[in-house]
Amino acid sequence: MNTARTLLETINLTKSFGGLVAVNGLNFSVKEREVVGIIGPNGSGKTTVLNLISGALRPTVGSIQLAGQQISNKSAHHIARNGVARTFQLVRVLPGLSVTDNVMAGAVFGRKRLWKNHALNHAESLLQRVGLEDKRSLPVSSLTYIDQKRVELARALAGDPQILLLDEWLAGLNPSELQTGIALIQSLSEEGRTIVLVEHVMDAIRSLCHRCIVMNSGQLLASGTPDAVLSDSAVITAYLGED
Amino acid sequence: MNAASVKNLSIAIVCIVLAALIPFVFNGYWLSIALTAMMYIALSTSWALFSGPTHYISLASGAFFGIGGYLVATGMSDYNLSFWLMMAIAAVVATVLAALIGMATLRLSGVYFVIFTLGLAEMIRNLVSWVQNNFLGSRGLYVLTDFTEAHIYWMLLTVSVIVFALGWVISQSRLGFAMRIIGNDETVARHVGINTAKAKVLLFMTTGFFAAIVGAIIAPRYSYIEPNLVFSPELSFLVVIMALLGGMHRLWGPLLGVIPFTLIWEAISIWLPNFTTLFLGLTFLIIVYFLPNGVVGLLEKLRARVAT
Ligand SMILES: Nc1ncnc2c1ncn2[C@@H]1O[C@H](COP(=O)(O)OP(=O)(O)OP(=O)(O)O)[C@@H](O)[C@H]1O
Ligand SMILES: [Mg+2]
Repeated sequence: MNTARTLLETINLTKSFGGLVAVNGLNFSVKEREVVGIIGPNGSGKTTVLNLISGALRPTVGSIQLAGQQISNKSAHHIARNGVARTFQLVRVLPGLSVTDNVMAGAVFGRKRLWKNHALNHAESLLQRVGLEDKRSLPVSSLTYIDQKRVELARALAGDPQILLLDEWLAGLNPSELQTGIALIQSLSEEGRTIVLVEHVMDAIRSLCHRCIVMNSGQLLASGTPDAVLSDSAVITAYLGED
Repeated sequence: MNAASVKNLSIAIVCIVLAALIPFVFNGYWLSIALTAMMYIALSTSWALFSGPTHYISLASGAFFGIGGYLVATGMSDYNLSFWLMMAIAAVVATVLAALIGMATLRLSGVYFVIFTLGLAEMIRNLVSWVQNNFLGSRGLYVLTDFTEAHIYWMLLTVSVIVFALGWVISQSRLGFAMRIIGNDETVARHVGINTAKAKVLLFMTTGFFAAIVGAIIAPRYSYIEPNLVFSPELSFLVVIMALLGGMHRLWGPLLGVIPFTLIWEAISIWLPNFTTLFLGLTFLIIVYFLPNGVVGLLEKLRARVAT
């Protein structure tokens, strides 16, 4: 793990919304093939960090580097083409498109930039990967919540990203779906994908993440292995309150 | 090419040939109605190339159309330049203007975009009128050519065919796919790697280009032109209404709006000339309440019902 090169690095990353500082001087890095979890109480700035990395938002101060190149001054489509793909906390599918077309969107415009049959074949293999091969011709609006999340994951993977950002991808799943979901992300990790995931599900954090960072009120509170940070007293206080 | 596209292509060719024969069969009154319809087919179809997928309602058609008509008239009347040269210049001017409007309005959404385009079109109309009246002499401009109504009709038919061909090519391209994604969710579009700004501006420029060409071709029909005539806000509204009436999720949708609308509009203009605005409003209500996806949407619904 230590010999791998650094893929993503944030330097003094800061974002304020008017008076509210949602992300405050955050420094962290992600190595190639690493799975890093971002945890923290509600409103601590986790989604904002992902928004800054994917280019949905521009940092107020600080910068983000992807494989040594600054991306924090680039627009979202540029960053996506450079190999950052994501899912959204509130699932965002393309309701007017078929399941296959939703995934093709990632294949056609992402880092791979495939077209026609190449894009189609790639999309179909990913649908199989996430377990949607039987539903490929349905309208996405008819899919269940977990299946929509699968579509979103397949779309993100279709661009063959260097780094995959998952914002509470496992939230809202029932226990058996959760096991399937964890196994799916595990298999992505085993094939060497670099992943940053925001999660509240502690089982998932423990079984998936090599490393974790904990945020509180926009600041980095702790970082280390999941077991170490989850037993850290400052982290426990942040989650459970002061007393 | 598969069987379905051979069939579609054959239907298209038959329609084009039939449309091209109209001037041999009709003349005078009916040809002039066909000419008006052909003008709106080109305008509404090219307008829908941008507004169909993005759902951005542009009321700037009148401005682009006006640039076409006015530049042709000024060039021919004041500078003795050729019709064709002025048409080319007008197309370039309108395309550049569309690019500027597109870039300025990218961050506006929904209703702000509508208001901006309408306001801008009105501003251009007033500006041109003011310049014309104060600096160029308040006389109107004469467009004298040898074109007959049939010639103008065939030119408009040619433009319409090009618009359809271009629309088809776009629908098969990455740009077309990008526009469908943008129309569904612009945030997702950006995050899969689509340069949404570029795609939208490009299609808006296409709309401006064709509206100016149509405005230029129509100018000889009027022979006498003044800015208030060609920079018409009414035209912008008619283009929108007809495209919505036909339905914008198919390339040939606007066509099915233009034909019935121009016929009824013509009839009302003759028999109840004071009621045209009322008819416009009524059509709008019908679209909102009964035809949200236009005539095409209705036909598709009926076909689905017959099939089951
Ligand atoms: N676009 C925005 N404009 C203004 N304030 C925002 C915006 N996005 C986030 N915030 C604020 O920034 C803070 C951090 O929000 P963020 O969504 O990053 O939290 P989070 O850690 O993802 O929370 P959760 O666990 O509930 O998803 C919150 O107080 C939120 O209200
Ligand atoms: Mg969040």
